[in-house]
Amino acid sequence: MERYGEHHFPGRLFVVEGVDGSGKSTQIALLRQWLVSEGYSVFFSEWNSSPLVKRTTSRGKKRQLLTPTTFSLLHATDFADRTEHDIIPPLKAGAIVLADRYSYTAFARDVARGVHPQWVRQLYQFAVKPTVAFYFRVPLDESLKRILGSRLDLKYYEAGMDLNLSTDPKKSFKLFQKRIVTEYEKMIEEFGLTVMDARQAITEQQLQMREIVRPFLRGLHRERQNHAGRWTITSAGNGAEQLVTRKRNGL
Amino acid sequence: MTQMAFYGIDTVRVVAEEGLLPGRLFAIEGTDGVGRSTQIQHLRTWLESSGYAVIDTGQRRSALAGRGIDEAKMGHTLGPLTMDLFYATDFVDRFENQILPALRAGFIVLTDRYIYSLMARAIVRGAEREWIKQVYGLALKPDAIFYLKIDLEPLVQRILRRGRFDYWESGMDMRLGDDLYESFVAYQTLLLQEFDHMTPEYGFQVIDALRPIPKVLADIQARMEPLLPAG
Repeated sequence: MERYGEHHFPGRLFVVEGVDGSGKSTQIALLRQWLVSEGYSVFFSEWNSSPLVKRTTSRGKKRQLLTPTTFSLLHATDFADRTEHDIIPPLKAGAIVLADRYSYTAFARDVARGVHPQWVRQLYQFAVKPTVAFYFRVPLDESLKRILGSRLDLKYYEAGMDLNLSTDPKKSFKLFQKRIVTEYEKMIEEFGLTVMDARQAITEQQLQMREIVRPFLRGLHRERQNHAGRWTITSAGNGAEQLVTRKRNGL
Repeated sequence: MTQMAFYGIDTVRVVAEEGLLPGRLFAIEGTDGVGRSTQIQHLRTWLESSGYAVIDTGQRRSALAGRGIDEAKMGHTLGPLTMDLFYATDFVDRFENQILPALRAGFIVLTDRYIYSLMARAIVRGAEREWIKQVYGLALKPDAIFYLKIDLEPLVQRILRRGRFDYWESGMDMRLGDDLYESFVAYQTLLLQEFDHMTPEYGFQVIDALRPIPKVLADIQARMEPLLPAG
């Protein structure tokens, strides 16, 4: 197997991380719009969304069959399916892949659940290393206010009820989130996460994100509409061309 | 008593949970069609008639992931990494919910394949050896591993007598040959090589599975008996 950790694919991979209520999904949606309007090929992949694994996950959650270890493995299976289908092929093709949550989510949540930190890091060794991984840092009180203020129906695993921290879902959620934040903070240095101050205005954060992303876009395949409304391709280092050249040269 | 020994990181925290595993864990390994399930049936009867409580378990029998794997295999989008981890999920669900509780309750656990087949299948499909070993590092070392070994030629004949070649048992997803037969031969050859590689590393007890069923059974029984609680 190729160890995707240190990849040299022609594409770019940008991921957002952070606790629920940190605003990361809003930010990556805005980034996506911008990149598309700039003419880039953009592929989006969301945590826990593999069609192959979906039914098993919902069965496990509904019947509360999951332990910390199987919870971890099932999410890794989901991630593997998306790596094989949604992440690696577009990256090889020279596209931009955006991921809402990545392996760091597993490292934070699973370890907060009691999974061994080293074991879960080994489990995700197949993950492609992101070009930039943004961590949306927000004070716990703020994210709790955003989440708990908007909805009351916390799900069993989401609230960390399986950990028996508290019989009250809200209290359990708070304690669980606190553990998760602790794990994220530890990862900033370990994985070189790019910290975003999620207390700032949405527009302000978005402008910063674009500034950070921009230098990495050089050389990517791009299509633009000209005055006549026709699409022109301005590309360098196209993934498909590279592949054909590599194969032709017998590499 | 099954020893609290693991191949890697005990992330399930078996040691922290409880100190003793009065049961016994026996793994029956071997390629497809070698006669594992027949032997397990006979062993179960024999053990029960000797007064032991027995459970048996095997791949894709978990409440959590068994059905999901079957469904995934029916489609054509199941990639090798995804398959490796789906099987690992199935294994750990059975490990935590069937094998460990049974060992704690003093049962004899007969497992139709254990982590070795799963690792062999993953490695043959391109997984990095170190990586898959680390994933399965959480597994308890069995009291004994019986590897039912058979050469390729007789294996082919046995499979044919059983029915047609199976898509997955032939590794057709790996595109190793032009048809089921060629692919089966290429795939099973790789698996047998991997088992040979693992034999000294994990201390497999190699059982010549070419012999008649009662002979094979007697061989396993003789090796198992001293390891039983009354042995």
